[in-house]
Amino acid sequence: MLIANLAGLLLIALIIWWFWLYKPKEAELDNTDRVITIENGTYAPSHVKLPAGEPLTIQFMRKDPSPCSETLLIPELQISETLPLNKLKTVQLPALKPGEYPFHCQMQMYRGLIKVDK
Amino acid sequence: MPAGTEICASGDKMTPEQTHQELLVDGVGCASCVKKIETALKALPGVEAAEMNFAQRTVSVSGITPTADLIKALENAGYGAKLAEAASDDAAMAEKEKADEAYYKRLIREMFVALSLGVPLMLYSLVTGEMSVNTAGEQVGWLIVGLMTLAVMVLAGKHFYVGAWHSFKNHSANMDTLIALGTGTAWLYSMVVVFFPQAVPDMARHVYFEATAMIIGLINLGLALELKARGRTSEAIKRLIGLQAKTARVIRGGDELDIPIERVLLNDRVRVRPGEKIPVDGEVTEGHTSIDESMLTGEPMPVEKTLGDKVSAGTLNKSGSIVFKATRVGKDTALAQIIGMVKRAQNSKPPIGRLADVISAYFVPTVMIIAVLSALVWLNWGPDPVVAFALVSATTVLIIACPCALGLATPMSVMVGVGKAAEAGVLIRNGEALQTASKITAMILDKTGTITVGAPKVTDVVTAGEWNHDAVLRLAAILEAGSEHPLAQAIVESAKESGLYSAVNRGLATHFQAISGQGVSAVIEGKAVLFGNEKLMREQAVEAGDFVATAQALAADAKTPMYFAVEGKLAAIIAVADPIKNDSIAAIKRLQNNGIRVVMLTGDNRATAKAVADKVGIKEFFAEVLPEQKSQKVQALQMEGEIVGMTGDGINDAPALAIANVGFAIGTGTDVAIESADITLMRGSLHGLADAIAVSKATLRNIKQNLFGAFIYNVAGVPFAAGVLYPLTGMLLSPVIAGAAMAFSSLTVVTNANRLRLFKAQDH
Repeated sequence: MLIANLAGLLLIALIIWWFWLYKPKEAELDNTDRVITIENGTYAPSHVKLPAGEPLTIQFMRKDPSPCSETLLIPELQISETLPLNKLKTVQLPALKPGEYPFHCQMQMYRGLIKVDK
Repeated sequence: MPAGTEICASGDKMTPEQTHQELLVDGVGCASCVKKIETALKALPGVEAAEMNFAQRTVSVSGITPTADLIKALENAGYGAKLAEAASDDAAMAEKEKADEAYYKRLIREMFVALSLGVPLMLYSLVTGEMSVNTAGEQVGWLIVGLMTLAVMVLAGKHFYVGAWHSFKNHSANMDTLIALGTGTAWLYSMVVVFFPQAVPDMARHVYFEATAMIIGLINLGLALELKARGRTSEAIKRLIGLQAKTARVIRGGDELDIPIERVLLNDRVRVRPGEKIPVDGEVTEGHTSIDESMLTGEPMPVEKTLGDKVSAGTLNKSGSIVFKATRVGKDTALAQIIGMVKRAQNSKPPIGRLADVISAYFVPTVMIIAVLSALVWLNWGPDPVVAFALVSATTVLIIACPCALGLATPMSVMVGVGKAAEAGVLIRNGEALQTASKITAMILDKTGTITVGAPKVTDVVTAGEWNHDAVLRLAAILEAGSEHPLAQAIVESAKESGLYSAVNRGLATHFQAISGQGVSAVIEGKAVLFGNEKLMREQAVEAGDFVATAQALAADAKTPMYFAVEGKLAAIIAVADPIKNDSIAAIKRLQNNGIRVVMLTGDNRATAKAVADKVGIKEFFAEVLPEQKSQKVQALQMEGEIVGMTGDGINDAPALAIANVGFAIGTGTDVAIESADITLMRGSLHGLADAIAVSKATLRNIKQNLFGAFIYNVAGVPFAAGVLYPLTGMLLSPVIAGAAMAFSSLTVVTNANRLRLFKAQDH
């Protein structure tokens, strides 16, 4: 019983660490080919790093047929796009100030983050 | 003025201001075309950058060059081109429907696969009550069932497991995580029982394969039904997109060609025959007709159009054949902008939804922790068989929790509410405007152009002595011809309409003199004429006699009377008034009946303001308000604690619209007002205000119901699943029931949001 309890508590600690405390590394997207793929319930890459101060475009490729993945929202930039299935959708970003810009689906089950460094 | 069709030209986004355009290029055969296309575009003045995407056949162009020039350059280089965005609306919608249909079929198929195993297993368990593994024979039998369940998991539930795994790798968790964990745990435990029955206590040698199969089946069914219900939430936008014509008949070089609307260029001449849709925005250059604009403005009466009048894409040409010049094409048309605005608004969130967002961000891991805690509690303090109870409670907690219902609550209602408003001719900019509009306590109305038509007309000509109506109006028009003042223009217009004045008469007035604050004097055809207020008459010693009373009566009737004298004798009183819109009185009454304090603002004099306010039943008004004071009046009401809506149409109103809690721009208004407004009324009628408030209230109520339902469902469901009622009732929720509840909770939210579709703006 002691082992079971310890295992349970360890599991809770792992859940907290894995989902809340761990900070994933941002992927640096290539200048010419910035594509984020939506597949199997996630954005890949979900954390991206972009340069500050220049307007740029990123592309989204939705391979996930679930209607949840259809809407892309970047609330800080007031961007709301409908992503077609199996087609690239270009999203125009304004010149960004350094900071973090979360993006997600309508229900926030698919989540990602754009990080802009100085 | 055609009612409400230019309204939506929210900010005249004519091509020279554009910074980025995307064109779809035809005829790109090989990679070498890329260079050719980019060079052709870069050679144009104003193009800063041109980048071709060979795979997609699109080219992105940055700069200030008009679209038409870009397309022409590409055509000269031997390629066909059209705006990528404009072309895609209709096609994208069709594609989306196709993709959704395919996904729906897949979910239904998967549901059948899962239920065809789950239902017989569940019936067996219910009938025999025997799902335990005690003998070697039972071990073999259940192993086969276990493998069949594994097949169901792969064939019908693969998307949950793959999704959960990918989310996990990304340090995120979603609904897939919960379903995969719940069903996976049940299956794994059952397989342990099958292989090593001795490892678990006698009473706990129970298998849960039916739960795994049933949950997968039910959740797939729930997803399929939700997909269908979601489709209905976007009906309004589909209808708007459906308004777009597919082709246009343009006249180029004497030939008439039917071309796709994406290829129509600015300044193209377009012919539209009776019964056809107007393909792009433009200005009539030949013919006259009546046009049904109800689809855009909600205004049921067809509007007469003749030379110089504006026509809008998506409206229906009823009677005549016209030719018009295209003034806005592609994504610049009013219709395209309405579609864009509605789409953006549908995806924006009112502040009320933010709490749900915060919760959904932490929801799934929290539920996982609760599941583990629940299992631990059962293990430590539960009755025998503790292992089985711990497993059932943890699985049920994982399965019953539904982040989707919470996440869907707000967006689904906003989607339907904003769409519904658009159908009633009310464009809501975003979720925040929607929420604030539902709370408005005071509404400020600008008089001119909002309560009134905004175009003064001559209403009365009361003549004296031997003078007659026509002679007076003719002289007055000649006198006022040079003036830009709206009242002067009303007199000139009226004389023109009666055929009493034409441009030939211009310049007949000599010795013209403006007398500040009083009026004007001049000599016409050798006679000295005076035109102005009572003071002018007094100072020039013109006897007005009984006419002073006439003038007062006219002023009390919301008209502006002016005295006209010839050779020192009073000839007539001419009254000009800005007529009150037909339905202003009823619309204001609707607002007041809703408990909203209605206040009128005007730059006009007190007497006219009072007369108009009295007529329309407004008790509070501010007259002689300078344009810059309008926003101060808004602030004053806000200081009193009111949530203020401001309705206006003019450039002067822009600061006041922006400072108000909700700014309403009235349809026939200018672009500036619309840019600074939160809500745009596409037709001129003030009924739109009450409609907007009613639809906002209905939407907010719907969101609250959804949020409340979703909160209560989770807050009550999770502890129930964990077994808090067990000590009282001796019952533990079955994971299968939890699966059904979960599948139908999000469906309930979407269905409740769809109820908003039944909302009807009040008849008026």
